[in-house]
Order: sequence, then structure tokens, then C-alpha cells
Amino acid sequence: MSLLEIENLQIDFRSGDGWVRAVDGVSFHIDSGETLCLVGESGCGKSVTALSIARLLPTPPARYSGGEIRFDGRDVLRMASAELLQLRGKSVGYVFQDPGTSLNPVIRVGAQVKESLAQRDRALATDAEVVRRLAGVGIPAPELRARDYPHQLSGGMQQRIMIAMALATEPRLLIADEPTTALDVTIQAQILELLVELKQRLGMAMLLITHNLGVARSVADRVAVMYAGQLVESSPASQLVGSPRHPYTRALIRSVPELGQTGSRLEGIPGTVPGLGRWPTGCRFAPRCVQVRPDCSTREPDWLETAPDQGVRCPYTNV
Amino acid sequence: MAPLLDVEELQVVYPGPKNLWGRSRNSVHAVNGVSLTVLPGEALGLVGESGCGKTTLGRAILRLIRASSGRVLFQGEDWLRLSSSELRGRRRHAQMIFQDPNSSLNPRRTVGASIGEALEIHRLADGRAGRRTRIRELLTSVGLPEDSEGRYPHEFSGGQRQRIGIARALAVEPKLIVCDEPVSALDVSVQAQIVNLLQELKRARQLAYLFISHDLAVVEHLCGRIAVMYLGRLVEVGPSREVCRSPAHPYTQALVSAVPQMHADGVPRLHLRGDPPSPVNPPSGCPFHPRCPVAEARCRTELPLLRSIGPNRQVACHLAV
Repeated sequence: MSLLEIENLQIDFRSGDGWVRAVDGVSFHIDSGETLCLVGESGCGKSVTALSIARLLPTPPARYSGGEIRFDGRDVLRMASAELLQLRGKSVGYVFQDPGTSLNPVIRVGAQVKESLAQRDRALATDAEVVRRLAGVGIPAPELRARDYPHQLSGGMQQRIMIAMALATEPRLLIADEPTTALDVTIQAQILELLVELKQRLGMAMLLITHNLGVARSVADRVAVMYAGQLVESSPASQLVGSPRHPYTRALIRSVPELGQTGSRLEGIPGTVPGLGRWPTGCRFAPRCVQVRPDCSTREPDWLETAPDQGVRCPYTNV
Repeated sequence: MAPLLDVEELQVVYPGPKNLWGRSRNSVHAVNGVSLTVLPGEALGLVGESGCGKTTLGRAILRLIRASSGRVLFQGEDWLRLSSSELRGRRRHAQMIFQDPNSSLNPRRTVGASIGEALEIHRLADGRAGRRTRIRELLTSVGLPEDSEGRYPHEFSGGQRQRIGIARALAVEPKLIVCDEPVSALDVSVQAQIVNLLQELKRARQLAYLFISHDLAVVEHLCGRIAVMYLGRLVEVGPSREVCRSPAHPYTQALVSAVPQMHADGVPRLHLRGDPPSPVNPPSGCPFHPRCPVAEARCRTELPLLRSIGPNRQVACHLAV
């Protein structure tokens, strides 16, 4: 049994007088100790999926309209609130994109970490433990930094505090939603290195949400690509980049300039990412696909499992 | 070839908070003695991390921010010494594209009105009909439908809005465009479209770019030369390919090694600790020495100047060879 199993998840949002679907039939699993990356562009539903795992979406405006989320065999969507608190407080940790807005600006960072420790165990919530945890995420002079307010720390240091807080409860799954997007590239490398090291040291599983294929490639065991609310491809990280199968994944890879590969024209993808509620019929990528065929826009493609833990949502992948 | 833009020893100082006696302390040297040149039709990339002064430098060159000292020679004429009316006449030669197309377009004016205003000010089209033809040409040249003219910015996606920003900059037929992170706010697939568009326009119109970005790979792709900035100073300048393949400055080395690669295994290995220091209180000697893995005693006291280490290559490091 996997640590996290998501099956055919469907999430809607209220919009005007109707509902628009944001996540449409997403299924994946994460085993203990494994890192899965969800990759996609804005509005593809990756963050909504991530938030739904601990049922963090406010309902309304959101609505879980179908599917199942099982954490350690327990059905998250049907949990009573006490059990849900347990899940949020102990089993799952979250790190978000912008540490500046996730930390409380008027409370010293040490106190915020201590609060998270108390979630796990009141006896753990001591100054000494706070200092130990801050040191554990690579914060220099942790005794002094614990007394700082968030604005006194740089973005990278703030993100380390967020990670210390998320890890305070010793979660079995760490969900990091674009944890390095707001950071400079040298700081991004430090934070990614820290996440990988902590994951190995603590033996937890990780779900990393990113739009950056380079980031996904460097930390993930498996990568799942999302487009317009659906998974379009899932495979081991090295394979996804080396031999992508879905036309969207392929185009995405060719859109990104890589260091040391100058000159050639970037491929790009014509058109724009379809907005919520404006998904085309048939294959949702068809209007932007270079290999589009006549029946693509009429028939919705099924998920084809090509190997264990590997699949693609396109019937013409051998072209 | 004579440079189109020749910046000499440019300094921008932001005064710090005033004390009780109205004196300002802790002033910030956002740009600290930067010299660079851009040739006609050349794309120069300016890379660096947040707070290094790259945006301030770009704006000071266009006199959108007042420089404290130095010279900005545009076609041999010092823009910092021009009166505002003289400057207005020259503005059409150097334009700017901003990072966020949402906040740089007036939401209450149609796209045609936004682009047409520049044509009107600089009297670049004859009459209403001439202006309309010109606006349509511009829209087509940046890949927007001709009928976009009468629509408002909110009707467009982020990538399309950036195209509008580009069309507006092109309207006055500039020789230089300062592009400040023009693709950072865009999705990956759309980013590639805009990068390609900028590349095509450069070729077709002999445009020069000062392309400001934190994304080394995009800069390498689009620009022939790169200037790397750290804490208000240039630390390395050279042809893109060489700077990215064999960076000479330890900071550039760190920057290159920190980029996560799609076609490589594992997390990028970066041997660089700490955060960039604050420009309010810059370190003595080389500004990079507190984070530098190879710093020596003299790096702590002696400021390294930009010096030549090969054809077109300059580096500000005591130890680089």
C-alpha cells in the first residue's frame, strides 16, 4: 500500500452561478520515502491538487466532487475533524512558495517553530529543541536567529524557517508547492539540496510542485505532468526528460532554454494555456498540439498505462 | 564599430532614512561605478540576483531614475546632461519593456490607444488613417490579430499583453530596447514564444537590447554577450557562450553551477554559502569575498577592478586568470 493514493480526484470551484472544474480525474500515488514532482503551467490544477491532500481548500468556494484521497489507507475526504487535525498536524507538512506571506510577521520565528513543535508533542516545545531544529535546516547562529522577526531574515532563511516548521511535526509526507520559485538561483540550489538531504535523513516522502523541469529532474524519483486539470504523462524523472511521450511534455522540454545550448530556436507552444472552465473538448491539448489529428478534438483520450507507474494520455505517442 | 550605448562609471545612490537633523545616513549604492557598452544591433544580457542593482541600472540608463554620477552616452551624446525637452525628443531611440505587462499597460485604454499615443507624441504617422495602418502593422509584427486594436488589456492573456508591450516599444522605431525581465512572469511555453519574438525582431530591425534577467539560460540563448552584476558592480563581462561554459569569476561559477539542468542527474552542486550581503553595508574589499570559496587575505581589503583576461572578456577578481 502506498503512503498516499489519489484516485480520480475531481475538484470544482464556484464561479458566478455555476461550478468550474479545476482538477479533473487526477490519479497518482506516492510511496514512503519517494519523491514525486507535479509539473505544469499556471492554472493546470497542480496547487489545488496539493492543497486537497490535507483538505486545505476552503469549501465553498471549492467542492470535492468526486474521487478519493487515501493517506495511509484512511479516506481523507471522509475524515472527521479530529482525525483531519491529526493528519494536518502530524502526518503532512506543507511548504509554500512565498515564505514572506506564510510566516506571521509579528511573532518571532523561534516562537513560530515552537508552536509547530507543540503540535507534535508539548514536551518537545522547548527553546533548546527550537535551536536544534533551526540548526537542522542550516540556519547559522540559530540561538540568535530564533529571536528574529520574519522581516529580519532573507527570503532563503525565511524558507528554511518554513521548512523547519513543516518538519517540526515529523511528517511522513512533505508537500512543497513551488518552494524555490520566489528565490534566487543560488539560494534555490541551497534549498533543493536541503530538501533532498532532509528527505533522506528523515525517510519521508515528498510531493514537490514546480513549473521548472530542471528542478523536477534534479530532485524527483517520478514526475507527473499536468495540463488543464488532468495528468497527461507520468514516468521516472530521467525517462521523462530523456524520452518524453506526450506531445505537451515534449513541447515543454523544447521550450526551455538550457545552459550551453545556444543558437537553436526555442520551440515554444503556440497559443496559450486554456483558462479554467474553457477547456477544449476532446484532447485538451489538441488546439496547441503540433501532431494533432482530426479525431483529437472530438474524442477525449484515455489514460494509457505503458508500464508500472508510467502512463500517458495520448493515443498517438509512437509517432 | 562605434557603440550605440556607452555607459561610463555610472553610480546611483539612494539616500537612506533621514535623521533628526535632516541628514541622510546609510545611503545605498545601488549601482556603483558600472561601465558597459552596447553596439548597434547587439544584445547584451545583464544577469544577477535580486537586489544586485540590475533594474536600477537599466532605468538609470533611460533616465527613469536619476543617476548620481557617471555618463550615459547614447550615440555619443550624454543623456544625463540633456534638458528634459531635449531628452523628450531623444526618448524614441531607447525604449523599455517591463516585467509585468499587467501593471505597465493602462487598463482603461484600448490597445490601439496605448500604442497610438507614442506615434502621436513623436509625430510618426500621418493623420488618423496613417496611425491606424501603423498600429495594425505593429500588432501583426508582434503576432497579435489586427483587430486587437479596439480591445482592452484585460481581454488578453499574459503572453499577449507582453506582445502589446513590445509593440508599444517598437512603435517609435527605437534603436535600443531595455528589457527588464520581460519573460519572468510568463509560463514556460509562452516564455519561449516571447524569446523567439524578441530574437526575430532584433534580426529584422537591427535592434539592440539590454536584456535584464535572473535567468542565465534565457540570457545565454538570446544575447551575444553577458554582463554579470553583484552588489552594484559588474564582476564579469564576456561572450555568452564563454561566460557560461568557462566562467572566470567565482560568483559567475556559482551562478552557472546553481542552474538546475534537465539533462543532468541530481541536485546542482553549489559551493556557495550564505545570502548576498546588504548594499546598505557592503563588505570591504571585494564585495563577494564573504561568500567566495577561494577568497584570500587581500580580497578582504582590496577592491578588484574589472580587467581584461582575453578578447572581449573582463573580470573583477584578483585570482582569476
